[in-house]
Amino acid sequence: MINPLRSEQEAFRFTLIVAVLVAPIVLAAIIWDSGVALGVAGGLVVGLLFAFLIRREDRRPRRVDLRRRDTGDGTARILVVANETLTGAALRREIEQRCQGKDAEIRVVTPALNTRLKTWASDEDGARSAAAERLEKILSTLERDGLSAEGEIGDGDPVQAMEDELRKFPADEVIISTHPVGRSNWLERGVIERARERFEIPVTHVVVDLEREAGGAVT
Amino acid sequence: MESASIAHPHDLPHEEHHGPPAAHHSSRVHPQVLGVLLFIVSEAMLFGSFFTAMFFIRVVANTPFPPEPFEFPVTVAALNTAVLVSSSGTMHYALHSIKHNNRFGMQLGLVATFFLGLTFLCTQVNEYFKAGFAIHDGAWASAFYGLTGLHGLHVFVGLTLLAIMATRAFRGHFGPKTEDHMGVEMAGIYWHFVDVMWIIVFLTVYIL
Repeated sequence: MINPLRSEQEAFRFTLIVAVLVAPIVLAAIIWDSGVALGVAGGLVVGLLFAFLIRREDRRPRRVDLRRRDTGDGTARILVVANETLTGAALRREIEQRCQGKDAEIRVVTPALNTRLKTWASDEDGARSAAAERLEKILSTLERDGLSAEGEIGDGDPVQAMEDELRKFPADEVIISTHPVGRSNWLERGVIERARERFEIPVTHVVVDLEREAGGAVT
Repeated sequence: MESASIAHPHDLPHEEHHGPPAAHHSSRVHPQVLGVLLFIVSEAMLFGSFFTAMFFIRVVANTPFPPEPFEFPVTVAALNTAVLVSSSGTMHYALHSIKHNNRFGMQLGLVATFFLGLTFLCTQVNEYFKAGFAIHDGAWASAFYGLTGLHGLHVFVGLTLLAIMATRAFRGHFGPKTEDHMGVEMAGIYWHFVDVMWIIVFLTVYIL
């Protein structure tokens, strides 16, 4: 969500919307009385809420038509979406397994996760630099393992970040890496289900338990 | 004998930074816009407290608003609303003009907005003189004058901003690039806020 009053133009549009919404209430008060006007105002509020809910309902199953380009060169194209779990061994294993014995193109997307307040205020520089740092780490790790990969920082919403990237990169598969259930904000928000609903290509979910991996490394 | 010397500020190399570090701000939103938005949020809260007082008097205390035999001048207020909504249009025209490097359009838009705002304010003051009731006539009158007066003060602040912007426009300031007309943009956002607030005041005080 972006701030709807970011510029004078948007503020002007908002003013016009308010004026248009208030006009029928004023007319009702002039033609009949303030009781009727109150009824019209209530009706408008209910109508707006209903329209808002319908829009939200419509949005949920939106399926994106991404035409898959068959390049015919036998190269596996994998889109990896992860954030804090990017450095996890489980994710690396999953990527390596898919790339064994064939050419592979790997694209890593790191959503620039931000707080709602900072998103609303468009203050995303901190989130982007943190995402860039994590991305840099995974890209150098993959390169060390002999896998060439490219990376990008994506939108704060992971599913939107995937969609943006899939429009540029014709992936055969998406791998989403998250923390285990109970610790993952993405799982809480239904990112995997939303991604499977939105895209036709296979979506694989990899659980990375960084705590266990760190414990295993010590012992 | 050793002697201590204190470097004079002018002797320091030019690269050396003085004062507090540069403020951090997002590259996606201008600090000025963010500042105005935060200011508007605080203003909305201020208006919210006045609306709460009015609704308390009307709904909780169940006081007639206004009590017999007083009447609010609804027709004049409706015309005033039309004037103020029109001024939003002229303000938008001013900004649209400067974005397209039309300096005359910007000057015309700013002057028109200023005079429409002034018309609104003068009409409101005139309405106060003819209202037939004073602020001490009861809680309902206090709420009426408090709310409309608070809005009037905001119009006055907006007019001051518009006067400054218009003067600057006639002195050749501002340009089509975003960073060159931030002053007009900020005044515009503020003016639209004042406009929206009046629409809500008009609706709740005069109509409902």
